[in-house]
Amino acid sequence: MSQAALPSSAPNSAPRWRWNTYAAPSRFYAMAGLAIPWIWALALILGLAGLWVGFAMAPTDFQQGEAYRIIFIHVPAAWMSMLIYLVLAFWAAWGWMLNARMASMYARALAPTGALFTLLALWTGALWGKPTWGAWWVWDARLSSEFILLLLYLGYIALTEAIDEPRRAAHAGALLALVGAVNIPIIYFSVRWWNTLHQGATISMTAAPKMATTMLWAMLLLTLSFWVYSFAVVWTRARAIVLEQESDSEWVRQLKAGGPKS
Amino acid sequence: MSMSLRLLWAVLRRDLRLAARRRVEALLPLGFFVVAAGLFPFGVGPEPQTLRQIGPGIVWVCALLSAMLSVTQMFNGDWQDGSLEQMLMSPRGLLSVVLGKVLAHWLSAGLSLVVASPLLGLLFGMSAQSIAMLCLSLLLGTPILSLLGAVGSALTLGLRSGAALVFLLVLPLTIPALIFGIGAVGAVEAGLPQQAQAHLSLLGALLIMTCLSAPLATVAALRISLD
Amino acid sequence: MNWNSWHEFLHMGGYGLYVWGSYLVCLALMVLEGWLSARRHAQALRAPELEEDEE
Repeated sequence: MSQAALPSSAPNSAPRWRWNTYAAPSRFYAMAGLAIPWIWALALILGLAGLWVGFAMAPTDFQQGEAYRIIFIHVPAAWMSMLIYLVLAFWAAWGWMLNARMASMYARALAPTGALFTLLALWTGALWGKPTWGAWWVWDARLSSEFILLLLYLGYIALTEAIDEPRRAAHAGALLALVGAVNIPIIYFSVRWWNTLHQGATISMTAAPKMATTMLWAMLLLTLSFWVYSFAVVWTRARAIVLEQESDSEWVRQLKAGGPKS
Repeated sequence: MSMSLRLLWAVLRRDLRLAARRRVEALLPLGFFVVAAGLFPFGVGPEPQTLRQIGPGIVWVCALLSAMLSVTQMFNGDWQDGSLEQMLMSPRGLLSVVLGKVLAHWLSAGLSLVVASPLLGLLFGMSAQSIAMLCLSLLLGTPILSLLGAVGSALTLGLRSGAALVFLLVLPLTIPALIFGIGAVGAVEAGLPQQAQAHLSLLGALLIMTCLSAPLATVAALRISLD
Repeated sequence: MNWNSWHEFLHMGGYGLYVWGSYLVCLALMVLEGWLSARRHAQALRAPELEEDEE
């Protein structure tokens, strides 16, 4: 394996696993490379299980008919979009405060996936809204907040991509992500206020069908599937970013010289 | 983090003097404000009822855009001639500098929007009370825009696409201020003074929170951009 | 089993366009993202060593 980037207490100590083992980009790279195929497999299994429960077992909704089944991907996508933003802000802040390169690289790997889930939540929200409420877009509090979340993601990506120097890009992104994270409750509260002000009949995505147990199970399984899927894509992207940003280091040179293998 | 009032005052006077010298440049955001807001009746139609309804929203949004336009210049001038890096050296200097510059920006750019808003209010056929509330809401809101714009401006210091980036980064964060500002005007139009009071209080609270946090974030952003 | 035939399944009680429009786009985006990130990794692996002008 590569030279440890971590200090060891004894001169010839074998690399033992520590809580910060994967703070070393080389170690993360290797570990992720081994794990990713299994992660994909798990995501697929969970996804298929969720789809089976959602379509074969869950009953038709009385009010919304079959259209309600969109909820099985709409809600997981929305949850993932919010979770990933918080995780992103956490790792970005960690990387900034402790000058931990791997944490910063990981944050940048998270962003596109988070943005994707936000897009998916908006898309499925629109396709759910059209048959249910008659309009392709409803400015209800949660969809509107989801839209603003997409803007926050795009801002983070735009800023980190616009700065060439990796350290400045990572730290600027971290500050932006933190500012965004702190503002999210304020934004959500004000959007909810705005929504109740302007709409007579409060159309809300929370007017979801009363959930039978099978429906909840389908949603849970698909949420887990999305969560595991996000690890697969984010770790793949993180490996790419590690190679891009650590291209000067010895282990990367050796890796490339040894001939490209996945 | 400590602050030097003398430095703040010095920076404030200097920036205001610079703005006064380049008067046309300083008035461009105001020009944009008026032109942009003035375009809407042509796009939406001259029907007075419609205009009165959408007027406050349009004036506020155009104020947002105008503030973003002018904010990118906040640090660029000093950055280009190297004086910003000098200010980085002294530890208490940076916060004073930021506060001075934000204040200067608000006095030169933000206040002009507040002063111009009654004119636009008339163009949209708003009532006197609505116009008064519009002015008041902008009076509380434009400092928030200057403060948030400072953070964005500091983060994007020296970047090619910095000006456009500031829009994308900062505008979503201004949405709460927009909502409460418009809410106050709407409440006055609906004849609900207490609700207007509530909106103004929330806007005021936002202003205080932003005053306490944005300058520190701006200092952090400047350190990131300059190191 | 909820449906008696494939036709019913695809039709989704008249909401087929919306339901499948959602699920297929979801699948497509995820496959796309997976492919794009794998491609980025492959490109990073293949990137030649440059002594100066490191990107």
